Amino acid sequence: MQWLKNNSPSPEAEGARGQIQKRPAAERLRFALRRDWQLYVLILLPALYILIFCYLPMGGIQLAFRNYRAADGIFGSKWVWFDNFIRFFKSYQFTRVLKNTLILSLYSFAVGMTIPIAFALIFHCIELPRFKKITQSIVTLPHFISVVVLVSMVMQFLNSRVGLYGILYESVTGTYPSDLFGKPAAFRHIYVWSGVWQNFGWSAIIYIATLSGVDYELHEAAQLDGASRFQRVLHVDFPHIAPTVVTLGIMRVGHLLSVGFEKVLLLQNSLNREYSEVISTYVYQVGLAAQMKPDYSYAMAVGLFNSVINLILITLANRMARRLSDTSLW
Amino acid sequence: MKKNHGAMIRKSWDDRIFNTASIVIVCLLTLVVLLPMLNVVACAFSSPKNVGGGRVLLWPVDFTLENFKLALKYRDVWIGYRNTIFYTTVGTFINVIMTLLCAYPLSVKTFSGRHFFNRMFLFTMLFGGGMIANYLLISSLKLLNTVWAVLLPGAMSVYNVMVTRTNIESSIPAELEDSARVDGCSYFQYFWKFVLPLSKPIIAVIAMYYAVGHWNSYFTPFLYLNKRNLYPLQLFLREILINTQIDSSGFTDPELVQAAQNMADTLKYTLIVVSTLPLMCIYPFVQKYFVKGVMIGAVKG
Repeated sequence: MQWLKNNSPSPEAEGARGQIQKRPAAERLRFALRRDWQLYVLILLPALYILIFCYLPMGGIQLAFRNYRAADGIFGSKWVWFDNFIRFFKSYQFTRVLKNTLILSLYSFAVGMTIPIAFALIFHCIELPRFKKITQSIVTLPHFISVVVLVSMVMQFLNSRVGLYGILYESVTGTYPSDLFGKPAAFRHIYVWSGVWQNFGWSAIIYIATLSGVDYELHEAAQLDGASRFQRVLHVDFPHIAPTVVTLGIMRVGHLLSVGFEKVLLLQNSLNREYSEVISTYVYQVGLAAQMKPDYSYAMAVGLFNSVINLILITLANRMARRLSDTSLW
Repeated sequence: MKKNHGAMIRKSWDDRIFNTASIVIVCLLTLVVLLPMLNVVACAFSSPKNVGGGRVLLWPVDFTLENFKLALKYRDVWIGYRNTIFYTTVGTFINVIMTLLCAYPLSVKTFSGRHFFNRMFLFTMLFGGGMIANYLLISSLKLLNTVWAVLLPGAMSVYNVMVTRTNIESSIPAELEDSARVDGCSYFQYFWKFVLPLSKPIIAVIAMYYAVGHWNSYFTPFLYLNKRNLYPLQLFLREILINTQIDSSGFTDPELVQAAQNMADTLKYTLIVVSTLPLMCIYPFVQKYFVKGVMIGAVKG
């Protein structure tokens, strides 16, 4: 993640800035514009795009503190300050969606981080290049399946009569399994493990590539000291990928509360809602799916609560990573 | 080199056990990934009777192409395909241009706005207005139910910009820019004559990422479109595969509707294959670009 850390200006840029800084601000700006106007022209379109499609909606957040009515418009609606937030905290949905979101994201965080790492460490021990190439191609393939197709594959696969799961279950036990989609509690496992199935190979690529840089002499030295293969994996290979693990871990912590919304929405049905309603689907349900009376302000307050927590989480994770190791995002 | 080193070291018994165990585990995981996909393909080529009877495992039973013939008579599949191809090509084109326009200025070390724009772009990766605010924006820009609602909101990914910027910085030597500048080359000329030709590999990588994103995207169109003739393939798939709705008006022939209902399950498998096949066919050839993308994005470039 070099690009995230590499924000400090280079010596040359510092030099140029030092020169300019001696002059008054207006003159500085004019000088910079005259020298770099072509660069500003190039970046104009992307900057406009970011302003309109990323910063303008941020301005719309004020609606979370108002009571939005289409007739009054965004700026004419009445200020209600924290009413929408209080309503959310007091509603019975609050603990439910927060709990579901946290469990779902921590569960997939734990499994989604460890399995690719374990796979990469095991994969690295194999010394058959041909075999490695083929297996790696196969395990990365599902990453490119779309969410819609993935969810329908899961549904077909788990079908208790015609799905592979049903057929195998029947041939072993002689009876058809009960419908997993009818069991609300199964939702979490379906969500997390289908994600693992789709992405573990892809997530492992980065670790496998990092592992290929392990110094072989370390292995030799460890072996001379009598380390077993397993000990070498633990004490030579793993420390080598630890910085990568930390960096990717922070990136994921920042999105802890934004679970794979699209997949949850597709897997959701009236039976499993008690387990599957997460903050983002709740925002969608009250804000956009409600045909009759969409409550934009309330939905926005819930969404804002989500983004603020995410922002706090990523900042904390980054601070912790900086204290524990040399790796951090900024 | 590595092999020689390996040969020099005596392989201990726990080494051998560990190696064998690794191979077995990797084989098992590969099978876990592969078998469900094989099952889908097998079902797609089997007759509905056998799929419904649960007799199809990994190899087609009563091999048939009827399912595909029926699926291709479904009008929505064609509309979806047409729209998806449109969104993917035009969208990727916009994406690549925007990304390069943004990445190049940010890569120029002496650019006076570099720091400012960097912060401005990076902040959007940490915080955003959220779904509702975006929806209100699109609707107040009067973009709802137009192709622009699909193409514009995702016109550029800041992550890809940063990846491209890092790549430009590391792959084009600073001396080249210095000497070009000394020779009186403007930023425009330098961008056109040096940066673009030298960035072909990274352009290929990001174009691929954007293209897959467009091909697979369902949520943006789902949110902003409700005209069926603008739907991309994924939205029709969602209707058929997940909500199990087969729109009878999608078929021109009433007899086909009945046939489609009868073989709904098999049709699902077939549609999965029809929609995913293009990606899966291209994948082996472009795999190295995707892997390269992961590396550029994450390892020190």
